[in-house]
Amino acid sequence: MDCSHVFEFKVKRLIVVFTLFLAVLFNAPVAFAQADTAHATEVSSAEGAVHGTEDAKAEKKFDIGKFALHHIADSHSWHVIGDTYISLPVILYTPNGFVTFSSGDFHHDDEAKVVVERNAQRFVKLHEKIYYASATANQHGQFVDLDEKHHASNARPLDLSFTKNVCTLFLSIIIILAVFLNVAKGYRVRKGKSPKGLQSWMEPIILFVRDDIAKPNLGHKYERFMPYLLTVFFFIWFNNMLGLVPFLPGGANLTGNIAVTLVLAVSTFCLTVFNGNKYYWKHIFMPDVPWWMYIVMVPVELFVIFTKPIALMIRLFANITAGHILVLSLICLVFVFNSLYIAPVSVAFAVFIGAIELLVAFIQAFIFTILSALFIGMAIEEHH
Amino acid sequence: MITGSIAAIGAGLAAIGAGLGIGRIGGSAMDGIARQPEAASKIQTAMLIAAAFVEAVALFAVVVALMGNG
Repeated sequence: MDCSHVFEFKVKRLIVVFTLFLAVLFNAPVAFAQADTAHATEVSSAEGAVHGTEDAKAEKKFDIGKFALHHIADSHSWHVIGDTYISLPVILYTPNGFVTFSSGDFHHDDEAKVVVERNAQRFVKLHEKIYYASATANQHGQFVDLDEKHHASNARPLDLSFTKNVCTLFLSIIIILAVFLNVAKGYRVRKGKSPKGLQSWMEPIILFVRDDIAKPNLGHKYERFMPYLLTVFFFIWFNNMLGLVPFLPGGANLTGNIAVTLVLAVSTFCLTVFNGNKYYWKHIFMPDVPWWMYIVMVPVELFVIFTKPIALMIRLFANITAGHILVLSLICLVFVFNSLYIAPVSVAFAVFIGAIELLVAFIQAFIFTILSALFIGMAIEEHH
Repeated sequence: MITGSIAAIGAGLAAIGAGLGIGRIGGSAMDGIARQPEAASKIQTAMLIAAAFVEAVALFAVVVALMGNG
């Protein structure tokens, strides 16, 4: 059942990669090389160190790291294809109150060269961060003050924008709601009968979460935590899958955003702490060791309470981020070697890693959920 | 002349460590499943959890390497 789903995603990705491959093939090698370097300069200048002037050396250089990091980062506009962007609203909280405007007002400038003036305040966007603009432009035409490391030293308003990640978050909420309201309706309408349609597709996965994740780790009190575990599992899984789709409505890297995984980890942390019974706290504050060992044991145990969710947070974030960087780097091999003959290798590896990423998307959702269940289970375990 | 960050070496070392660790976990799980095929699903679950812990250490290293790079 879920196999067909996996296959479908794989096919989509394959089609996209293959189209890209064809697009590359149909360019004449010379034009290809030129377009390539032009693209490379565009990317590297859109990205990192400032190349205000046309620099012959910079034109040759393609910074794979910066390219990959740009693509996994959050963004104020949603790239569709070519020069087409969906402009998302920018919402800023400044001392003069809220300021809102469309990110299209920046004209897709990410180099702090276009100033947007609202409420007598001037804003610029540099590397997807919004700063208060400087009064005058520097020698590169940027309205920011750069220090020697090319970091802007301007003040920043509180950025509450409706960014690409927020968009994807709402999108995934809609998808999850649509799927599970449908499934829930199925159980209401066909009560006691065999599942049908979407319902029979989701039921094995829900049962998998119950029988393989919740029951072994939580014991007989598992029902209380089922809503949380199911939510976390499907949220992470759906978003991992959405992140693998390279074009709209995918393309955002939601579970590879540390703020999102932080919220998920904090939820598990709160559940663990608030559901911890007296045995759990006794184990932390009064473990069965000689009293003089408490000096070491209690701080360590207290520390462990926090390291568990932190490890959860970083595990999911780093896994997804690493996967995305890997795929992007493999695609970028063509630009790095600047050769047409690398393309088949690069595409083959990207497809291979893409298939592995499908597995990782599921495994990471599973790992996060089972570790959450494990931590909660340790906290609610009865003494025996 | 080789240029670049020494962080890449660190990431590589972490990959070696994680490779050894996950290799041992996978190998032992294979042993276990070969001895007791009926416990395969339980062994697989335990294997994945253990592998996740090892992998996390390697990924911490990757994150640190990235931060050191940027």
